Formats: sequence, structure tokens, C-alpha cells
Amino acid sequence: MDSPEELESVYLVAGRDFINAGRISTAIMDVLKRLGTNPEVVRRVAIASYEAEMNVVMYALRGKISLRVNPRMVTIEVEDEGPGIEDIDLAMKEGYSTATPEMQEMGFGAGMGLPNIMKHADKFEIVSEVSKGTRLFISVNQSA
Amino acid sequence: MPAQYHHSIRFMPDKCGGCMSCMRSCPTAAVRVRDGRAMKLDDRCIDCGECIKVCEKGAIVPLTDHMADLSKFDYVIAIPSAALYAQFDEDLPPGIIVAALQRCGFNSVEPLSPACDSVSVATEIFLSEYRGQLPLISSYCPTVVRLVQVKYPEFVGQLLPVLTPREISAKDAKARISAETRLPANRIGAIYITPCPAKIVAILEHPGMTNSYLDGAVSIADLYQTLAPAVSRVKEAVARMDAGETASGLSWAFLGALPRSVPVENTLSVAGLPNVIRILDDITKGKLRRYSFIECHACPEGCIGGCLTVENPYVARAKIVKLRQKLPAGSVVERKEVERSYRKGSFLMNEPFASRPLRPMDENISGAIAKMRDRDQLISELPGIDCGACGAPSCRAFAEDVILGEVGRESCTFLWQSELSKRVEDLARMVQLQGPLRGGKP
Repeated sequence: MDSPEELESVYLVAGRDFINAGRISTAIMDVLKRLGTNPEVVRRVAIASYEAEMNVVMYALRGKISLRVNPRMVTIEVEDEGPGIEDIDLAMKEGYSTATPEMQEMGFGAGMGLPNIMKHADKFEIVSEVSKGTRLFISVNQSA
Repeated sequence: MPAQYHHSIRFMPDKCGGCMSCMRSCPTAAVRVRDGRAMKLDDRCIDCGECIKVCEKGAIVPLTDHMADLSKFDYVIAIPSAALYAQFDEDLPPGIIVAALQRCGFNSVEPLSPACDSVSVATEIFLSEYRGQLPLISSYCPTVVRLVQVKYPEFVGQLLPVLTPREISAKDAKARISAETRLPANRIGAIYITPCPAKIVAILEHPGMTNSYLDGAVSIADLYQTLAPAVSRVKEAVARMDAGETASGLSWAFLGALPRSVPVENTLSVAGLPNVIRILDDITKGKLRRYSFIECHACPEGCIGGCLTVENPYVARAKIVKLRQKLPAGSVVERKEVERSYRKGSFLMNEPFASRPLRPMDENISGAIAKMRDRDQLISELPGIDCGACGAPSCRAFAEDVILGEVGRESCTFLWQSELSKRVEDLARMVQLQGPLRGGKP
């Protein structure tokens, strides 16, 4: 697994920590820029990782985001411990949201999170178990 | 290798005491201290001037023009930044300051307010017809433009291509004076009275333009020494107390000018580089999609916070607010006329903004990944307290410098100490193995 061609970084996310929310996607962006990644790839990964990070902050107890970069693709894996998603098909619908009114007041929970991740990824997988947690797999190819 | 960029800040190693204030204040980590002297990494520097503000030794100087440099022109026009009026008593009308400027050696003074008003109209037209990627980012502050070119190259296409008031003002004034005096345009100098060194960079090489219409810039702080006494000596009756400046024009000196003057929904204003950087990061994450226009200033509060001003930016703001009440309100330009000249292209930049991304860890992605892994490994060995003793602003920056071969690992006191104690242990172990040092066979 640990090939010299691959960079791996793991970041921990605390649920409900709105003060630090968004820092991990900024860190991921910085790493990609230092690697000389195509700006369009940076943008797509930034949007997808930010939405994923915010989902963990808003709904889960805690989570882990793993970034992997190799010359072919950038992958983001997000694993969280939390309520999980009951109906994934419904959650993937634009505009569907289980956000509380206060989350919406803060500008989140427009029901665009998961659809937006899918829109910006080349490959997207989601597995969830109710009352356990959710796992996302996102990849963006290096050549845009 | 990236091309050599023009800069407006010079480090003077002879005067540097090696205190590291500049290194710690630099928002783009462009300063290193080597052999007790600060030095600048030119490809990272965006000419914001934070280092000038904090250097107590006067070892960092802005490369602005001096009054003596202006004798090369036959006719010199001063174009004062609105921030200039905030450096004096708020009861002092612009007319007095303009009269004093003329005593300091300028042939005439061009008010910036009419250009501010026409640029507001031009921006409104541009925004209403723009169909590209949003949000658009203001290009008024040259430091912000360079920050985008270097750190956010993905947004160069979203920089507003409308000319700035200082450029419009210089262009119009030079054409008019040339017609009045019959002097060729190249004998006339249009000089900006600047609150920051970044405007110099935008005169030497204006992103988005083949050439700037301005010919130089004199620092407000430099000029203040001669201007302040001249102001108190102005006794003659001044014909126009407002000197052609208006309330809306003066408001360009601080944060919020465009949102105040352009009736466009969903605009956002941000000032101070760390805040600008956070906002640009948020744009990348897709967080600010609802905004159509973002006004960005590198200095706190806008141009009144420039490092070449003398007044505290918050006091300056209060003064401008008060001064505005005494100036003509409302726009001084004819909307139709601006629109006509906008259609002729007079308000638009003539070249696309170029991106100038920082050189990555390696030109080759595999090489960059390998170096990044080495960097991360080294970071895990470092104390992570960003003490700066190695001469780099953070452990992360130091690790990158080591991996790129700029400095050795031993520059870190902590690494050096642990390496030293390891060697001492090794030595002790060797002595133990070999028995007493008296020699002979073990």
C-alpha cells in the first residue's frame, strides 16, 4: 500500500466544531498546490472535501479524512461515527436536507452537499449504516 | 524558472539587526533570516508592505519615487490617493492640501473623485453584462492581484478587468494637459501620491495592461515632511475648497467603496491580507457562490491602512467620514457619457490577467510527491512550535527549505541537539564496549 509514488495524510474532524470547520479542506488545498496540481483538479477536490468535511462537522460525532495523492489521481476517504444515513437515494437528491433550522441559519444544509460532491468527483461511493456512521470515497483524476 | 518579477520593497542587509519581526509578519512566508540578516524570496513576495510596517531598524525600504526624480518631466501632475486627505485635520478642506501640493513642486493636481465615479458606473455595466464564473474579484489593490496570480491562479479569470480610478485619472489628465500645453505626452509625468508600495509594482508592470498610464508614485509618508509645513503656509484664497473631490470619491479610501457606489446585489468587502486569504480559500471551496462581487484590500480598512501613511487607519477613517459631509454628494459624472466611452472600450484592460503560480516542490508530480513525503516525515521530527530560530517562519517552511536543499537540518536547534545527544550516547556505548579508555586489548 505504501508506495513511494503515493502521498498519504490523515486528518481528524471533530463533530460540532464549527470554529475549526473547513480547515482540513484548506490544508488539503495547500498540499495539492505545493505538488503543482492542475488548478481545476484543486478546485474540484477543494469543493468535494469541504462539503464532506462539513457533513462530518454537522452530523457526526467525529470523523477521519484521508487524502491520498498519486500521479494518476487524488482520493479522499471520509469515515465518520454518527447517525448514518437512512435513505441514501433520498440524501443524494438536490435540495433534500435533514439540517436543523440553526444549521440553515448558518448557511448550511441547503441539501446540496452530497450531490455537489458527486458533481465534482470522477468517482464517488457512499456506504452508510444507521446509528453507526458513513463512509465516503471520492476520487478526482489528475488529468482534467 | 519563473520570470523575474518587479518588486517595490528592498531589504537593506547593512541595517538589518536580524530581529525576525519581518519574517513573522509576512503573510506569504516570503522572508528568511540567514546569517543574522533578513532576506526576501522574490517569487513569494506580493509587495504588501507588512514588513515595512514592523521593521524598527529602517532596513526595509519602499522603492517609491522621490521629488528629485520628477525633474525629468517638463510637467508633473499629482494624482492623490483619497487616503492623503485623511492624514491632516478633518477641518482642512482638500482645496488647501491641493494648493500645498502645488507649492511642493507639482504643476497641477488631478482629483481622483470623478474617475472613481465613472469607474463605479463602468463596473456596474460590466457586472450586469458578465456571464462568466462568479464571484468576480476586485483588481483595485495590486497586492490582491498579485496574491491571486501567485497563490490562487485558478481565479485570474475572475479578476475585474475594469481599469482603476488612478489609471483612468492619469489617462484623462495627461491627454488634457498635453492638449493644453502642447507638450508631448511623454514629457508629462502623472504621479500617484501613494499610501502603499504595491502601486509602484502596478506602474512598472500592470497586470492586465500593456502599460500603466501612471509614470511614478511618491509615498504619502515621504511627502508629508514637506507637505505638512506647506499646508500651514497656504494663505491665499483657494478657489475651490473641494478641489474637485466628492463624498463618493473619498469613500474609495476605505473598505466598502464599490458596494456603496455600485447597486449590485450580493457584494462582499474584505480587508487585511489574512482575511483576504480566508475569503479566497472559501471561494475555492465553493462556499461563496451566492456572491457576485468581492472587494478585496490587502491593508486593514483599505488604502487608509497602507504602510506609507502616517495616520492610524481608524482615525483616518473617522476623518474621511467627517470630511465627506462637507463635500458635494452624488456622482459628478454623466452616466450616458461614461456608458458611451465604456462601449468604446476606454474602461477595460487590454490584456488578460496572467497567472504566476508558485514553483511546486518539483516540476514532476512523482518527484513532488516524493519530496512532500520527505517533508512530512521531517515535520514529524520537528518540535512544531514555530520558534523561528532556524530563520524560517514555521517548522513547515523550514522542512520545505531543507527538502529543497536551501538549508541543512542542523539549522534547527532541536534537531541539532537531539542529534548531538544521540552521538554522545553512541560514543558512551562505544566506550563501554571497549572497556576503560586506558587502551590495550579489550
